[in-house]
Amino acid sequence: MSKKENNTTAEPQEEKEYSILNLGPTHPATHGIFQNVLKMDGEIIVEAEPTVGYIHRAFEKLAERRPYAQITPITDRLNYCSSPINNIGWHMTVEKLIKAEIPKRVDYLRVIVMELARISDHIICNTVIGQDTGATTGFLYLFQWREKIYDIFENMCGARLTTNICRIGGFEKEWDKKTWDLIHAFIEGFPKALEEFTSLLERNKIFMDRTINCGPISAEMALSYSFTGPNLRAAGVDYDVRVATPYSSYEDFDFIIPVGQSGDTFDRFRVRQVEMWESLSIIKQAIKKLPEGLCHANIPDFFLPPKDQVYNNMEALIYHFKIVMGETDIPKGEVYHAVEGGNGELGFFLISDGGRTPFRLHFRRPCFIYYQAYPEMIKGTMLSDAIITMSSMNVIAGELDA
Amino acid sequence: MELLNKIVSKLTQHFQGEVCTGEVLYDFPVITVPSGKVHEVLTFLKNDEELNFHFLTDLTAMQTADEKQLGVIYHLHNMMKNYRVRVKTFMDINKPEVPTATDLWPGANWMERESYDFYGVRFIGHPKLKRILNVDEMDIFPLRKEYPLEDQTRDDKSDKMFGR
Repeated sequence: MSKKENNTTAEPQEEKEYSILNLGPTHPATHGIFQNVLKMDGEIIVEAEPTVGYIHRAFEKLAERRPYAQITPITDRLNYCSSPINNIGWHMTVEKLIKAEIPKRVDYLRVIVMELARISDHIICNTVIGQDTGATTGFLYLFQWREKIYDIFENMCGARLTTNICRIGGFEKEWDKKTWDLIHAFIEGFPKALEEFTSLLERNKIFMDRTINCGPISAEMALSYSFTGPNLRAAGVDYDVRVATPYSSYEDFDFIIPVGQSGDTFDRFRVRQVEMWESLSIIKQAIKKLPEGLCHANIPDFFLPPKDQVYNNMEALIYHFKIVMGETDIPKGEVYHAVEGGNGELGFFLISDGGRTPFRLHFRRPCFIYYQAYPEMIKGTMLSDAIITMSSMNVIAGELDA
Repeated sequence: MELLNKIVSKLTQHFQGEVCTGEVLYDFPVITVPSGKVHEVLTFLKNDEELNFHFLTDLTAMQTADEKQLGVIYHLHNMMKNYRVRVKTFMDINKPEVPTATDLWPGANWMERESYDFYGVRFIGHPKLKRILNVDEMDIFPLRKEYPLEDQTRDDKSDKMFGR
């Protein structure tokens, strides 16, 4: 040790010059508005400084002025690749607060919607990893199946991306035959497409060489950085909210939680890949076991009455008016409800003071929390590795900035 | 309820005296601790062999209804046993200081910056406490109740018929 010290004092090292590189805010490979100020030594990243907040829209403040039903469109814009999960997570938070009893049929229908959304979320992430490594075929090929999922959503609720699906208490109406036909067609056709996509990339030597050991994270580090979702499972921790604290009757379904080992880009890709198959199997089980009954809970204080009654019946008109104006009584209380979003544990922390709007609403956004480990993960790697590490982490700007 | 009793009795035993008040809100155990003790309590909850709350799910801030206090809320999780607990601490709004949790969980870093950004809670010992989502030049803490969402001098959008 002392010898080494002597050496360094004898011949003072030349000070190294680093170059500063701005990656973003609008770089085509970052899929959103993120800025990273990188300190580079040649092509090696020495330090990274992320700047976030470019599309911050003050959702938590907005939510403090809105009645509960009107907060659903806000949640659409968190992780906009799987907005139905956000919508339903929010509805379940309010249902927990008002202690509503939800029929099994609603739970199962919601599970179908949420798993479809999860597939579409994972399609985006996985095909984009391919795109960023130079394999455009899979991206174009699987994206048409994402379109088909959006067709299903469009038939259910009229919107494709920002769905505002579902209501507090259940669905606004039964799904029509067209929707069911589309769902069945999707289940029929998707496995073949996914298999073809898998054979394009999963055992592809070039893709494996490119992604294995790229941006790895250990399980300990992932846990200490509060990772959840596929990124945590890729590091080897089998934590999934659907299993740990089941909501919406997830305990009725049989599925596995895939886990990786090294938490690198390839593992993250594989975990999402297997999760798509599992989601497909959950959808099939839900359709098979779908119970009969109403598609909404019996909570007239929160669920809008049918239109023919609103026009002809005074009580129904009063309820309609009260619900739309947000004038129904809400109990005081504090609720935390978490769902497994596309990226991990999406939590809603709600404090109600009995008013028509929440007193405080906080979204636990998985992206925001795990993106802070990104500088640590890309330290010492090449610039091109940093790009695919980011795309495999599936950082969604809407969720990051809220 | 069982878990709450366990946590409260363990804390009382460890700190030799009352350190927290506990309640169960919607099946979720909640404890409230004084802001001076919060770091020790979190350290104990994390390192205790049986409780072992090793995962910080969420950290956020709030303002009380009387607008005189700020609060910091931690959600902790033990994944192996699936224990969850919410730890709350409150402090005076004129001196909103609380020790940082970044030494326990590096992931608390950005969550604390977010709480500082919106409520102005100063986390003592935080490595880089500056705004994160808002612009650096902002001189207010926007989520505090003293900053209403809309301009209150407007009279074309009267809310007195329906607003509570």
